[in-house]
Amino acid sequence: MNFAVPNFLPALPEIFLLVSICGVLVVDLFLTDEQRWLTYVLAQFALLLTALAVVFGFSGETVTTFGGMFIGDPLSVLLKVVILLFSTVIFLYSFHYLRAGGQLRGEFFTLALFGILGMMIMVSAHNLLLFYVGLETFSLCLYTLVAYNRDAPKGAEAAVKYFFLGALSSGLLLYGFSLLYGTTGTLSIPEMAAVLTAAGADGSVNPATLFGVVFVVIAIAFKLGLVPFHMWVPDLYEGAPTPVTLYLSTVGKLAALGMAVRLLVDGLGPLFVHWQELLVVLAVLSIALGNLVAIVQTNIKRLLAYSTISHMGFFLLGLLTGTPDGYSAALYYMVVYALTGIAGFGVILLLSRKGFEAERIDDYKGLGRRQPWYAFLMMLVMLSLAGVPPLVGFWAKYSVLMSVISIDMIWLALYALVFSVVGAFYYLRVIKVMFFEESPMVQPVSATADMHWTLTLNALALLGFGLIPGGLLDFCRSVWG
Amino acid sequence: MTNEAMFFYLFSAVLVSSATMVVVARNSVRAVLFLVLCFVSASGLWILLQAEFLAIVLVLVYVGAVMVMFLFVVMMLDVDQAQLKAGFARHLPLGLLVAAVMVVEMLLVLQPENFGLVTAENVGSGLTSNTKAIGRMLYTDYFYPFEIAAVVLLVGIVAAISLTLRKRPDSRYIDPSEQVGVKASDRLRMVDMESDNR
Repeated sequence: MNFAVPNFLPALPEIFLLVSICGVLVVDLFLTDEQRWLTYVLAQFALLLTALAVVFGFSGETVTTFGGMFIGDPLSVLLKVVILLFSTVIFLYSFHYLRAGGQLRGEFFTLALFGILGMMIMVSAHNLLLFYVGLETFSLCLYTLVAYNRDAPKGAEAAVKYFFLGALSSGLLLYGFSLLYGTTGTLSIPEMAAVLTAAGADGSVNPATLFGVVFVVIAIAFKLGLVPFHMWVPDLYEGAPTPVTLYLSTVGKLAALGMAVRLLVDGLGPLFVHWQELLVVLAVLSIALGNLVAIVQTNIKRLLAYSTISHMGFFLLGLLTGTPDGYSAALYYMVVYALTGIAGFGVILLLSRKGFEAERIDDYKGLGRRQPWYAFLMMLVMLSLAGVPPLVGFWAKYSVLMSVISIDMIWLALYALVFSVVGAFYYLRVIKVMFFEESPMVQPVSATADMHWTLTLNALALLGFGLIPGGLLDFCRSVWG
Repeated sequence: MTNEAMFFYLFSAVLVSSATMVVVARNSVRAVLFLVLCFVSASGLWILLQAEFLAIVLVLVYVGAVMVMFLFVVMMLDVDQAQLKAGFARHLPLGLLVAAVMVVEMLLVLQPENFGLVTAENVGSGLTSNTKAIGRMLYTDYFYPFEIAAVVLLVGIVAAISLTLRKRPDSRYIDPSEQVGVKASDRLRMVDMESDNR
């Protein structure tokens, strides 16, 4: 039996990240609590060097290795770079929050890094088996991170809920995979697409394959938190420690985008008409429920959870068009959403301190008077989430809606438009509370210089990308040629 | 009926009935034992398919290691049986309905012709060793996912330690390394006293 040793070079970033995680893990063992900052610094170096390895390791051409299991294409490179860079910002915010709250432990960074490794494996997987192990690496880290604060009963409850539903969705995904494997006879994603194209040439479709597609779509909906598979999202956002919510709701969603595109577009593309119907239903339900339920929330983390549900619905609008334009609009939407989410949670983390979580909307009363600058940054975030021009959130919504109109589903675009107006209500309410309501509360904020400037840059980026939308949008378009 | 078919139906019947018992058993220790029976009959089915490696691994890993540990956990936990089964009768009709719908759907969809298996034939000639084949595949074609499976295990270890290992300031414990290093002088103090001559 002959076996050619595969080319390891395309997977160099993953290999490098794994080795550095092991290094961080060992170094962390020998540190005292006062020296814990070293773990953080090493983790940041690992992320930045891996990002460099991704950028410089990519020649511009699509490469595959490990017998076609691993693919390095523009999509995977873009997603990896964005995930790694966003993670450095998340680590920065989390480090200051955890240190101020006396909860700093090395495991936060090692587990988060392992999760990032899982995401990287997932977004460049072109094989169902590899895909699944990447997903499990990522999910296992998330389950643990949600239970990070062991003395908080809410965190434990959220972790158990997330674990059970996550395990169930992994089971559904595996069942879907087994049916697809049974009918197409291959685990490789491009081969599966070829088999499905050949089998569907006469217009017929195998019911067992469709059965598998339904399971795969349900699993994706679980991971994205789409209605009706959204039950875990609000509890998780509220119960998990805020840095973990931040991690999961931003880079976690980018990884879920990778999952959806690899499976649905790359693998099940020939069955587009069948999964498009499912996505339309999911999008319609998510946009309505997310925006309507968010109105009555009093906890800002729950509000952002329901807002996430509606934003995931908007993301689906791009995906369900089935055109390259739609896919790049969806990608753009997700990147913009992650950038905005990071800034929003950054403000929440900044305003929290030991023994006090700034998580009720009432906690933001009078923020405009006490902390005018941070209130301004939060306002930018809320306006961007609402999709008000000239912020970047407007362009994200605009490009998604345009792609929907271009496939003549005008009713869907109008429907989404109506609900985004409904959604503007609760984002504006937060702004109103911040600037037009008074509170006797004094709230000392002690932001370190790096936190202050990163957050400022992060939130101003929303305005900057909004004023000059071309660069990022073209970058996302270049992924699909 | 051939011998194979006879054994197939035997194992399948045991599998389905023990799986049902896992769900309906009142005592959770019994439920775990039924689960063991479930796994053993599934491995019997795999032997019939000549997938001997999977069958042996199922017995060794699941029955031998995982279920034994699970049994310990279930025995040590103080689970209130009545509370656990409280909603059972109430949710039974809905559960049965969902199960029935799923069975009908699967019967309609999982037909042999949908998987290109109109004529049943023997899988493998019985001469190839699938243990060897799996070993070859794992360390060559599936090398990358295999390594990542190792990463998943490492994450599992880190996760388990991070969730359970903690030093609580209020708990009293003995440090064995300090304990064995103890000297008589640490424990016993000789005090000079004047003798009492009463």
